[in-house]
Amino acid sequence: MSKERIKIAPEFYDIMPPEYQDLVNRATYGKEDRGWKDIGSAKELIEEHSLCAGCPESMAFRYILASLPNPEDTVMVGSTGCTSLVFPHVAVHNIHSLFGNQNAIASGLKRALTVRFPGRIKDVVVLAGDGATVDIGLDMTLQAWFRQEKFTTICFDNELYANTGGQESGLMQKGFVAKMAPVGKTFDKVRLPEIARESGCHYVVQCTVSKPSLVEKVIRNAVHVAREIGPTYLQLYTPCILEIGKNSMEGLQEMRDSEKPTERFAFKEFVSEPAKQLLAELAAKDKEKKAAAKEQLAAQQA
Amino acid sequence: MTQYKVLPGPEHFLPPAAASMGIRLPNPGEGHINGVIVPEEQAYEEAARQFLMAKVPTIFPGPLVLWAWNEKAAKKATAIRHLYETLKECVTPQQRAMLIPMPDYRPKYPKINPEVEINPNHPNLTIWHNKIDCCMFVGVHCHQANLSLKIIRGGTSCYTIAMCAQAGHEDAMLSFRDASVEKIMKLAEWVRKLKGTVKVSQVVSKSGASN
Repeated sequence: MSKERIKIAPEFYDIMPPEYQDLVNRATYGKEDRGWKDIGSAKELIEEHSLCAGCPESMAFRYILASLPNPEDTVMVGSTGCTSLVFPHVAVHNIHSLFGNQNAIASGLKRALTVRFPGRIKDVVVLAGDGATVDIGLDMTLQAWFRQEKFTTICFDNELYANTGGQESGLMQKGFVAKMAPVGKTFDKVRLPEIARESGCHYVVQCTVSKPSLVEKVIRNAVHVAREIGPTYLQLYTPCILEIGKNSMEGLQEMRDSEKPTERFAFKEFVSEPAKQLLAELAAKDKEKKAAAKEQLAAQQA
Repeated sequence: MTQYKVLPGPEHFLPPAAASMGIRLPNPGEGHINGVIVPEEQAYEEAARQFLMAKVPTIFPGPLVLWAWNEKAAKKATAIRHLYETLKECVTPQQRAMLIPMPDYRPKYPKINPEVEINPNHPNLTIWHNKIDCCMFVGVHCHQANLSLKIIRGGTSCYTIAMCAQAGHEDAMLSFRDASVEKIMKLAEWVRKLKGTVKVSQVVSKSGASN
């Protein structure tokens, strides 16, 4: 797990476009404690995005890519949506699946990678919108969880079909009127985090992406639990500012307003017993490592 | 027997796949020129001639050789660089040999920089921008090379050569198969051998590379 895997042939180094030179020199591949704080100082795994200015989804995407514990050995499986426009700019393997099929494809992929690379950790992360996860792809989503497939499912919940102009989705809040759903939603937002827990997910979190450190923590937890134990699910609120009538600067506030304890995106976390144990072990190891690093630093200063 | 010839375009917005027109791939020890199977030696000579005739002869190394995956890839990279340096030495000051990478296959809309890279999804942009009239693909996965070669044949007048490590490409105007370090070095030898014997092309095309 390191930059050894992405070396440019020395004869061609001088002709490679600068972004590739940067990638091999300054990306965080192989860095164990990589995280959102690397954004802006290290070469990011997302060169530039083609989403709207101020789009919370673009923030979420950056945080996720910065937080993946093992990006060079991670495959992301996506579905059609705004993120499809960004994946070509991302330096992580990805598969664009047929709409709604993402969890079925990820299941096969994860199994194949396990067989093909038995000695190597290979993470699979599904990233799809709420339409693909909860409406059209709900069957595939649930079946993957029932089967205890070992990968993480991340749902970018913007509470409607934003990419196609604002149709009603299962995760839309009750009563919301969208551009192409003028009557207003007549039933409650689907409680997918609870469904995920009951369907066998070992680590489930619902939150907004207003706090990068929280996003980093839940991404790492979800990937580690999926790797060792079983399916995990993250539902991240990434409002579509265009479809809910907000300006570029208002996305962050929208998320802050929606994550208050009484609001629909109040932080929610379900962790199974085996996952709790694993996370405790990882936390203990992390603590030991930090203590050792601190001691080493003190010894150097003395 | 097919009458179809794989010739420089611009042929059509969507040119037919040469295979569908009856063009077949060469056997080991052979190549093809315009879809006609020839002994490999003849293909070397013709490839070298085309390079030396072109105003902007260009090599497009793909991901299989640009990235140092393994020792074999690294050796091929050295050979390709040698071919490029030889080409540079052998062309006249009026010609401009180029080496433009295809680092990966991502559809880089809308930010392809045709000056410094080529993308298989719109290779014509790089060819048009640099007025490339002869190019060689090497180290590009076959399915991406086929895509590019067809687009180039469809929309430009560029002469295409495929130095394929597998069974060759019908959609190139000239194709080698089983590319190896030795074969790339041999092509460089042929370029050196024909230096000064070939006249630079004066053809000007409206819709092709040399517009």
